[in-house]
Amino acid sequence: MNDMTSIKTTPKDWETDQEVRWCPGCGDYAILKAVQRTMPEIGARPENTVFVSGIGCSSRFPYYMETYGFHTIHGRAPAVATGVKLANPDLDVWIITGDGDALSIGGNHTMHLLRRNLNCQVLLFNNEIYGLTKGQYSPTSRVGTRSPSTPLGSVDTPANPCAFALGSGARFVARGIDIHKNLGAMLKAAYQHQGAAFCEIFQNCIVYNDDVFAPFAAKPNAATSQLWVDHGKPLVFAGGTKGLAFDTDALALKVVDIVDGDVSGIMVHDQTNRSLAHMLVDMRFGEFPMALGVIYDDPAPTFDSAVITQNVQASAGKKPDLQKLLSQGQTWQVDKQPRVE
Amino acid sequence: MATAAHEVTPAEASANPPAESIVVRFAGDSGDGMQLTGGQFTLSTALAGNDLATFPDFPAEIRAPQGTLFGVSAFQINFGSTAIETAGDAPDVLVAMNPAALKTNVQALKPGGLIIADEGEFGDRNLTKAKYAANPLTDGSLAKWQLMSFNISQLTLDAVKPFGLGNKEALRCKNMWTLGLALWMFDRDRQPIVDWLTAKFAKAPTLAEANIAALNAGHAYGETAELAGPMKQHHVAVAPAEEGLWRTVTGADAISLGLVAGTQLASIPMFFGGYPITPASAILHSLSRLKEYGVTTFQAEDEIAAIASAIGASYAGQLGVTSSSGPGIALKGEAMGLAIMTELPLVIVNSQRGGPSTGLPTKTEQSDLYQAVYGRNGDAPMPVIAARSAADCFDCAIEAVRIATQYMTPVMLLTDGYIANAAEPWKVPDVADYEPFPVRYCDTVPDGGFQPYARDDKLARPWARPGTPGLLHRIGGIEKAQGTGNIDYSSENHQAMTDVRKAKVDNIVVPDQQVELGDTSGKLAIVGWGSTFGPIHQAVRRARKRGLDVAHIHIRHIWPMPQNMAVLLRGFEHILVPEMNTGQLKTVLRDQFLVDAKPLNKVSGQPFKIAEIEAAIDGYFDAADPT
Repeated sequence: MNDMTSIKTTPKDWETDQEVRWCPGCGDYAILKAVQRTMPEIGARPENTVFVSGIGCSSRFPYYMETYGFHTIHGRAPAVATGVKLANPDLDVWIITGDGDALSIGGNHTMHLLRRNLNCQVLLFNNEIYGLTKGQYSPTSRVGTRSPSTPLGSVDTPANPCAFALGSGARFVARGIDIHKNLGAMLKAAYQHQGAAFCEIFQNCIVYNDDVFAPFAAKPNAATSQLWVDHGKPLVFAGGTKGLAFDTDALALKVVDIVDGDVSGIMVHDQTNRSLAHMLVDMRFGEFPMALGVIYDDPAPTFDSAVITQNVQASAGKKPDLQKLLSQGQTWQVDKQPRVE
Repeated sequence: MATAAHEVTPAEASANPPAESIVVRFAGDSGDGMQLTGGQFTLSTALAGNDLATFPDFPAEIRAPQGTLFGVSAFQINFGSTAIETAGDAPDVLVAMNPAALKTNVQALKPGGLIIADEGEFGDRNLTKAKYAANPLTDGSLAKWQLMSFNISQLTLDAVKPFGLGNKEALRCKNMWTLGLALWMFDRDRQPIVDWLTAKFAKAPTLAEANIAALNAGHAYGETAELAGPMKQHHVAVAPAEEGLWRTVTGADAISLGLVAGTQLASIPMFFGGYPITPASAILHSLSRLKEYGVTTFQAEDEIAAIASAIGASYAGQLGVTSSSGPGIALKGEAMGLAIMTELPLVIVNSQRGGPSTGLPTKTEQSDLYQAVYGRNGDAPMPVIAARSAADCFDCAIEAVRIATQYMTPVMLLTDGYIANAAEPWKVPDVADYEPFPVRYCDTVPDGGFQPYARDDKLARPWARPGTPGLLHRIGGIEKAQGTGNIDYSSENHQAMTDVRKAKVDNIVVPDQQVELGDTSGKLAIVGWGSTFGPIHQAVRRARKRGLDVAHIHIRHIWPMPQNMAVLLRGFEHILVPEMNTGQLKTVLRDQFLVDAKPLNKVSGQPFKIAEIEAAIDGYFDAADPT
């Protein structure tokens, strides 16, 4: 996010005339709506906004946003976005990617985008499956996932997107759910963060991996299993009856009951605490709730500003003179002379 | 010389072989500083007014184990008073800093040539490492050459003794001692080297003084030794050259300068995305120092990110440039397809090296022509330009920028390891001689509305930058509808879009093919491309001098080919294509023009020798009845 010059737009202004081609009931629709609702609220300008995506169901996203958009190649959206942003740092750059796109074929680029801290937003739609290629297991699929390529169940340990992001040096890590009302607030926080803002969005693939997130995303389970973190507030869930405390012997978080609303032993969320962020994203679901919201937000200098600053400093006081440049180095003058035949 | 600007006079052309040229090869351990010695000798030679061509030949290992055969690094220079176009077939002088250097290089030396050897390095240990059963300096096995051996190591140690360096540091001055001797042999001025050493070791004045002392000692040794044996001073006359300002330039320098010049002529900033790879890294290095020319450089995490970031920058309105060598170019293939599909300008520089796979990282080859012309999925037409020499890289880079920005297309520029590293004199061009070709972005909504895939008379689509109100649009690698650019997989649309992508590239206006030497029709045409220019040109010149009906055609525009190419080629009875590959241009010529082009191939990692091409020419003529 750069330019705070806000103009009035409505969600409608952010819709294209293109027919949306996702499966009926796909979680992508909810995310698209949330983004289109958020853009007017943050005062973004369509002509100043670029959506860059890779390949996969989620990566069709740019075609449906009335902005500039670039549907690139599998896994490479972070690299293309880096070129866009360095060429014009005034643009708002959003990267749309999926679990296979960002963590498998494009894992390398995701890592380097985050450690460089390019000022952009990364929305990773995690559905724990390869949808567009018809349902193979993905790098985030849980062990035992049955798919066309793993008919007996997958055997490899999945990647944890938020842990990957933190490990790569991300300065903003958030988690949301496609259909949850809080998604807009998370997108806003991501936009306001200066630097690479990494958002994992649990997205339901209704065809190949339906209800894989139901244990915490489904309405009946939400209250007991979702922990929405909030900076400066105690880490509580289950209607305020449970919370997270720090076990000093185990150097780990533990779930404790809250009696009579007494939160004195409960940890208070500090979104600038990197160690806490690591523990929150690493909590094993079941034993622990699912941590959601802005888990980590601690800005650091951005790559694009550093590059531009260096370019400006290196050019300061130098007048580009092509003729002079060509004439540099060890030169010698040949005078007009009769040829020796 | 291989500069395009140089007009060869009949007198020069009649030199057979060039009377006034000398080939010197410096060979030593890869840690001995031979490339540095060669580079500085080149500079002093250029300053002395000789024409020259060089051939740095070094191992892939940075510091290979000392004394080994595979760790030998060599630098060859051919200089003289006539036009020099190759680094020379066979050296007249070989400087061998150790037994391994002697063993790997002596067979190339001309019979009767001079060997200068550091006998201090010819101990049992080094002889064993070089697999010599007996000391060649004393067993008579070098009898067909002249041999001057003396203890350069000890002489250097003596010369730098006053400076109190450690043994290892003191021995590092050996290359300057050797350079001093070479400067004496060819009557070169020491001052530029002294200035260079003073500047290089500004922070360590003792090292500067020690190196200068070694340089002077080597020079003095030559003077003294002249009295005894084959050591004698050579005077090589100044080569005729056009009046004006001259400098030495390597292909990598010239590419960088040409890209800067091109983007200045196009009035747009440049974004260079690169990833370290031999021998292409030098372009990244030099451009990263030219930020004041509107250049942003980005060392990406891999080859794919390098090109992808360049494509992103092009989308945002800068000229994206990326460079690599064969293996990296292979990785970039999918992204090139994206640039073709999205019709964005992009320049891809391929400094070719020996392949396949890692191949010969530091050796030269021209074996990526198929990859450049055909190496992508789908029907993916892309213009390809090949530079013939270090100096020619400048004009070729400008041409690549012109085509990329005027036609909204990626362009591949081919050089090779030989061109990238070799230095040659270059007459500094006058910037005013180049016609600007300013880019015209689409900045406002045209009459009738904006269409991202509308076409101009060159079939190029508009370049509309993000940030521009009213021109919002989406592009991508998926097939686009004509005009709107919306997703469209319909059969008639794909046919039409495939046809228009091909037509756009086919119709790129490139200059007519000229004949470098000889007539526009006749018995035999030698058709080359890239860095084989020098040996082909010399071989054809020599053959013509003997009255043979042979012409030299050298192709810069590999794709699309010049319009007159078909007629030109069909005017010759025979076509011979010398290439440092197994016959790639030959196949393209056969395919495009149905001509019976014959191959002459060499893939040894070394450039062609003039004599090799001359022998092939002779095969087309009855010895008893030339022409």
